[in-house]
Amino acid sequence: MSEVLSLNALIEVSYFVTAVLFILGLKRMSSPVTARSGILWAGAGMLVATAVTFAYPGMSNYEWIIPAILIGGGFAWWRGKRVAVTDMPQMIALYNGMGGGAAAAIAAVELYRGEMQGYASSTLAVVGGIIGAVSFSGSAIAFGKLQGLIKRSVRFSGQQVLNLLLLAAALVLGGMVAFHFNASPAIVTAFFVLALILGLTMTLPIGGADMPVVISLYNALTGLAVGLEGFVLNNAAMIIAGTVVGSAGTLLTQLMAKAMNRSLGNVLFSGFGDTGAAATGTVTGSLKPIEPSDAGVMMAFAQKVIVVPGYGMAVAQAQHKIWELCQLLIDRGVTVKFAIHPVAGRMPGHMNVLLAEAGVPYDLISDLDEINAEFETADVALIIGANDVVNPVARTDKSSPIYGMPILNADKAKNVIVIKRGQGAGFSGIENGLFYLDNTRMLYGDAQKVGSELIQAIKAVG
Amino acid sequence: MTGMVALYIFMLAAFTGYEVISRVPVILHTPLMSGSNFVHGIVLVGAMVALGSAHTTLEKVIGFIGVLLAAGNAVGGYVVTERMLEMFKSSGSRQTGARSGGKRAH
Repeated sequence: MSEVLSLNALIEVSYFVTAVLFILGLKRMSSPVTARSGILWAGAGMLVATAVTFAYPGMSNYEWIIPAILIGGGFAWWRGKRVAVTDMPQMIALYNGMGGGAAAAIAAVELYRGEMQGYASSTLAVVGGIIGAVSFSGSAIAFGKLQGLIKRSVRFSGQQVLNLLLLAAALVLGGMVAFHFNASPAIVTAFFVLALILGLTMTLPIGGADMPVVISLYNALTGLAVGLEGFVLNNAAMIIAGTVVGSAGTLLTQLMAKAMNRSLGNVLFSGFGDTGAAATGTVTGSLKPIEPSDAGVMMAFAQKVIVVPGYGMAVAQAQHKIWELCQLLIDRGVTVKFAIHPVAGRMPGHMNVLLAEAGVPYDLISDLDEINAEFETADVALIIGANDVVNPVARTDKSSPIYGMPILNADKAKNVIVIKRGQGAGFSGIENGLFYLDNTRMLYGDAQKVGSELIQAIKAVG
Repeated sequence: MTGMVALYIFMLAAFTGYEVISRVPVILHTPLMSGSNFVHGIVLVGAMVALGSAHTTLEKVIGFIGVLLAAGNAVGGYVVTERMLEMFKSSGSRQTGARSGGKRAH
């Protein structure tokens, strides 16, 4: 008996240590200097918690547990190591959905068994179950959209009504399960099926551009579901870690939505994310092309160049070439800075990761608030594969869908060079006034190829 | 754990999460989202307990799926976050790390 007690104490203490390591790890991840060590701390916490759980009182079925860990973990390890940095957002969606699915599975095991103590436990299991299931199927759709497996956003009239009905039906079934302990397995099954469908119908209408916010939201929801199931299992590590992620994820979601000048309700219910037929706008002027050699000379003799990278640069895998170009400029004494819009790339901060991959030091990278005043003193603003985030109509045209979105003031620079693949509009389908300004020159072509040509041009200056 | 104590834990953990994230520079939003995605991989512990106490075949199958998914969340979350954060460097380490894709540890 005392042996069991001390084993229990060891497990409880280990979970406590894990919770502390998680919080410290997240704290360290919030500064670029210590971020690297943060994940190691959190990882150590996870190892401790997983190891002691093997000794949990009354554990059996090891012949099921160990293969499940090896298969799930092995697959995730293999995919995680191989995934390209541009594709990381959808991998986060995938792993997050798996976590939500696991939380729902815990709820399902407990509810099918129907041996819970009291209404509180069963209610929390049901709420955590529905949230986890929605996060699971919703994240799967988010993954499919970002991966390009799901091309279209499915919309039909009455969609919101359908979602509400689904939610109401799931809650009714959930209530039946929660308050009648021996609810029939059929009702439990119906409850989970409805919750999974709800996740699909909620996420399908949301456009690709809004997916980062949605992934972040589902991340917070999975955290919450994990916390709730932690209450059911009386597991402090799950309660603390899940709740911390739930609230941190909610804040992160709000910050992202704010950076895109959208409210969360707007993201979830309006379906703007990929409207193809956007306003024609009131853009006047003409597009003025430039040759790479001229653009190279212009930058070589500049005092200060601000680079504005967009997702187009990442798609063309041009970040290494661009950094090579910038290093040449830095060696000539030019001041080079990178200006990152909060939603550049597929997620806030994604562009920083892509630049970091190319070896760009993070102290050359500035965010919108830091850099915007500096454009006036810049000789050249080099826009690479970015569009909406530098579109001045966001400041001026009230009828534009992106009106009010904070933008990088690239139009204030003395000269603007835009590297662009073709003459199409941006992700939002809105014409870009910046491209038609008198001090703007268009450099058409694949960003990687153009980068090489610019490097040649600058080397030729000598 | 009584209901009220659990509620206090919930409240304090919620504030902790908010405080830990509130002053984060935008450049770390994606790694941090990935990191918090890893942290809720702790669901693995719960899934193991659920499967470990399963009796019927149905419970075992669902529990198996739960542990499999949870292990994917934890391991995948770790690998992706670690790969992202490995890339962050300051100018001081530029020469050695420039084109290696950031394999060098600090």
